[in-house]
Amino acid sequence: MALTTDALIRLTAAEMAAKLRTGEITSVELTQAHLDRIAAVDDTIHAFLHVAADEALETAASVDALRAAGGAEAESLHPLAGVPIAIKDLIVTKGQPTTAGSKMLKGWMSPYDATVVEKVRAARMPILGKTNLDEFAMGSSTEHSAYGPTRNPWDITRIPGGSGGGSAAAVAAFEAPLALGTDTGGSIRQPGAVTGTVGTKPTYGGVSRYGAIAMASSLDQIGPVARTVEDAALLHEVIAGYDKKDSTSLSETEYPEGKIPTFSSAASTKTAAGLRIGVIKQLQGEGYQSGVLARFHEALDQLRQAGAEIVEVDCPSFDYALGAYYLIMPSEASSNLARYDGVRYGTRVVPEEGPLTIERVMGATRAAGFGEEVKRRIILGTYALSAGYYDAYYGSAQKIRTLIQQDFDAAFEQADVLISPTSPTVAFPLWEKLDDPLAMYLNDIATIPANLAGIPGISVPGGLSEGLPVGIQFLAPAKEDARVYHAAGALEQLLNDTYDAPLWAQIPALEEVTR
Amino acid sequence: MNTTTQADMDAVEPLGFEDAIEAFEPVMGFEVHVELNTATKMFSSAPNAFGDEPNTNVNEVDLGMPGTLPAVNGKAVESAIKLGLALNCSIAEHCRFARKQYFYPDTPKNWQTSQYDEPIAFDGYLDVELDDGEIFRVEIERAHMEEDAGKLTHAGTSGRIQGADYSLVDYNRAGVPLIEIVTKPITGAGRRAPEIARAYVSAVRDIVKGLDISDARMERGNVRCDANVSLMRPGAEAFGTRSETKNVNSLRAVEHAVTYEIRRHAGILSAGGSIVQETRHWKEDTRTTSSGRPKSDADDYRYFPEPDLVPIVTTPEWVEALRAELPEPPAQRRRRLREAWGYSEAEFRDVIAAGLLDEIEQTVAQGASPAVARKWWMGEISRLANARGVDPAALGVAPATIVELNRLIEGGTINDKIARQVLEHHVDGEGSPEDIVKSRGLEVVSDDGALTAAVEKAMAENPDVVEKVKGGKLKAIGALIGPVMKETRGQADAGKVKEIVLQTLGMNP
Amino acid sequence: MSEISRADVEHLATLAHIAMTDAELEKMTSELGVIVDSVKRVQEAAGEDVPPTSHPLPLTNVFREDTVGHVFTAEEALASAPDSQDSRFKVPAILSEGDDAVPSGAPQEEGER
Ligand SMILES: [Mg+2]
Ligand SMILES: [Zn+2]
Repeated sequence: MALTTDALIRLTAAEMAAKLRTGEITSVELTQAHLDRIAAVDDTIHAFLHVAADEALETAASVDALRAAGGAEAESLHPLAGVPIAIKDLIVTKGQPTTAGSKMLKGWMSPYDATVVEKVRAARMPILGKTNLDEFAMGSSTEHSAYGPTRNPWDITRIPGGSGGGSAAAVAAFEAPLALGTDTGGSIRQPGAVTGTVGTKPTYGGVSRYGAIAMASSLDQIGPVARTVEDAALLHEVIAGYDKKDSTSLSETEYPEGKIPTFSSAASTKTAAGLRIGVIKQLQGEGYQSGVLARFHEALDQLRQAGAEIVEVDCPSFDYALGAYYLIMPSEASSNLARYDGVRYGTRVVPEEGPLTIERVMGATRAAGFGEEVKRRIILGTYALSAGYYDAYYGSAQKIRTLIQQDFDAAFEQADVLISPTSPTVAFPLWEKLDDPLAMYLNDIATIPANLAGIPGISVPGGLSEGLPVGIQFLAPAKEDARVYHAAGALEQLLNDTYDAPLWAQIPALEEVTR
Repeated sequence: MNTTTQADMDAVEPLGFEDAIEAFEPVMGFEVHVELNTATKMFSSAPNAFGDEPNTNVNEVDLGMPGTLPAVNGKAVESAIKLGLALNCSIAEHCRFARKQYFYPDTPKNWQTSQYDEPIAFDGYLDVELDDGEIFRVEIERAHMEEDAGKLTHAGTSGRIQGADYSLVDYNRAGVPLIEIVTKPITGAGRRAPEIARAYVSAVRDIVKGLDISDARMERGNVRCDANVSLMRPGAEAFGTRSETKNVNSLRAVEHAVTYEIRRHAGILSAGGSIVQETRHWKEDTRTTSSGRPKSDADDYRYFPEPDLVPIVTTPEWVEALRAELPEPPAQRRRRLREAWGYSEAEFRDVIAAGLLDEIEQTVAQGASPAVARKWWMGEISRLANARGVDPAALGVAPATIVELNRLIEGGTINDKIARQVLEHHVDGEGSPEDIVKSRGLEVVSDDGALTAAVEKAMAENPDVVEKVKGGKLKAIGALIGPVMKETRGQADAGKVKEIVLQTLGMNP
Repeated sequence: MSEISRADVEHLATLAHIAMTDAELEKMTSELGVIVDSVKRVQEAAGEDVPPTSHPLPLTNVFREDTVGHVFTAEEALASAPDSQDSRFKVPAILSEGDDAVPSGAPQEEGER
């Protein structure tokens, strides 16, 4: 019996892949179902900045043709071949525009593919299009996109998190089964938490950054967005690996290829028995909503009952993590964004009056091309790096980073993985925090330490509060990404058993929702 | 508050050089940028090539496109270590790259990837040989790796940046690997400061050429010099305020720029003025400098460690392996060769100036004596090259040819004069000297009959000479050689002529 | 109260090449002050003996082979240029001088070859 469009898009990526392999469905069918869904709901959600229907269907048709022909080529198809994917518009794609959510890059076509995009293409996953984000990934709500905000499928008056709100919302709204995001301070995990999806920030260097438009180079990392832990792991396996174009990526000796395929098997272990889980003392309590803490403690109880050993770990320097992050990130961003000057590519704005000089054109271009939050961070970063302040600000922040790594090292002596709420709150209403940068920055309080230390983290749904998803974060030592999949897979199973269905089954039917 | 302006200062007449040196002690410093001759750029795999069509040696990395990342050229790093060793520097056990941030249209990312607090090489020295053979030691502060910028062409009436209507940017050179060598302040140079300046840059050029890490062509900007000059009163404790003359890009210009800046500073200081710390531009046509950009707080480069690149750690094994690859230092090689060949200082200097050291060394290695090698290369070959407007080394004469030519002379097959003709025919592509001698029938006339007839004819025509010889003035025979040569079309052996004259006169040869 | 003045922000905007109106400068000054006040506690946390961490993972010596890879044609290089002429990127008049490795004067004639 043929599946309805609605049933197709609600499958997990692993199920889609299985049905494609058996020939129960075709990739064209599957891809078209998602394109139809996008057409139906994206006016409301605004997860996509660009939809690449033709290209996606072409890739889908090529997969179907190879499968139909059978033989060695069909055999050697990637397990996820034919499963569609959406890509955060911070990741460059040949043949599709890349804007970084900024007016600065309006209409810009990259002449090259990001390494992760090459890998996605090599796996023959149809690329549905590019998803919305806070401009240059600077924000926690996707309200800072120059192309308008994305809305949370659970409640379209609320934010989908950020900066990767587009990827998270697309996956939550069944517009795509999988998506790529980037996580500099929580931009995969926090949107995952507030949209009830799964998002992983891999070990720094585990996935090539080549082609991810840089915000803060020492913190940025590309990772998977999905509805299940297993799906996230499968996509992570597609994109992981050493890249000679990224000097900070982990080589085969540092990060053996053999470890990567263990992500999905770790995800399907689905048992918490014997896991030592460390509760980070500093990432709970004050500043966290009571509903978030309630779900967090329920999750701890369930894990304990399932045989996990729960211990408390102390990470005193985490109190300085947000401060260190808001010095390092803007410093690196101020530098990375210096290239947008109207000379080689992108927008050029000529001042309306006064003499025509390149200095004035650069000033006008950057004034008009960047939004407020981007300018705020550039100025802050310029300040933190400027003569006489470097040691006090950037230098001190880098020392905090050392202390945070030491705290993590000590914590991982006591525990296999660490746990915390992903975000202190559930999705908040649009515009609520837009004029209060500090309040906005607090959204990332629990996700930032992992970026500063370079370790992997995942956010997995932990139930609802006020009808909105709460995210639970697991962290593991560097290069031990498999552990976060193991722990998150176990918790996901426990919650599915409790609610008798995945959390995302409760997402409102968007077709009935009107703005 | 000091109310003198740069314009006031530029109006002050420079002092004469001798007067300047009388009153002040010059202090110099140099920043020399060396472009490496790697196949690819410092941080991208695009070609490092000179003279190609604009923007054809770039990829997304060189254009600073969104999402791109640098990747370090390992060969450039090895070149930097070799240069550091050749400059007697310590090689850093740990070093890293940093971003030097400033906006400029020839700088694609609006920062230059360079090294800041951790250069790859530091604390070295270079012994520089001056014209009279004296050695002056220049202390090296550091040598660091960085990338070059693109090239601007200023359009408009002036062709200069000032007054241009617009500028065009070619990024082919953007990302070409550079090593910047920075000296410590050079004191005690006195009146020899300009000479030391030229000799230092020349020595750096020779070293990078000898290491084969750079094409070292100053006219192409492969080696570029920024010269810092300040003056201090004798006995003063602190250095004076310095000026930095940018892009002094020939050896002659380095000498002249230092001379001019010493004179200019002395003029201002003697008139009671003060030096403004600024960059200056070298003007080749007038051999003067002009005011550039003052140093200000706008020079806030906001350096920070390049997060996209990982640190470099050098092991002693790696450094020693590179040290083993180093050629003999140019100065040491010269000293060794001059002593071995027994040339006078003047002779040796001429050889260096002619750029024929390698050729003479190879010719000697193939069996010619140092004197013979020098005679040919500095004599006939240089003359021929000069006449044809090419470098002697580019004339296409192999050291083996010189050895062959010399063997023909020593064996008596040809004389010196014929040998010169043979060389010219060889250069014209007629083959080896032996082939030319055979095909043109240039062997010395040793057939006694023909030669005796020619000698007798010459004696008959020059009775006064014959009288002198008879009177014991054997040197007078020389006057007969010319006519004999004329008769035999140059193919007579002078020794043989002398022998026949004496025999004819019944004298003892 | 923060130590950041409006003049400081004006200087930072100049360094960052972002043109700002008076109103923007005012707003930025107060926002920056609040943010800096909230982050400057980092100075108290780490002592002299704590080494800074610039890279999250301690990799060293990652080098590329010196072999030529892919290159753009001039058309590809200039495809997204806001303005170009004669296969070069075109920019309005430059007032300031470049720095360091930038030979603003000397090998300029090379451009004509
Ligand atoms: Mg310099
Ligand atoms: Zn330099």
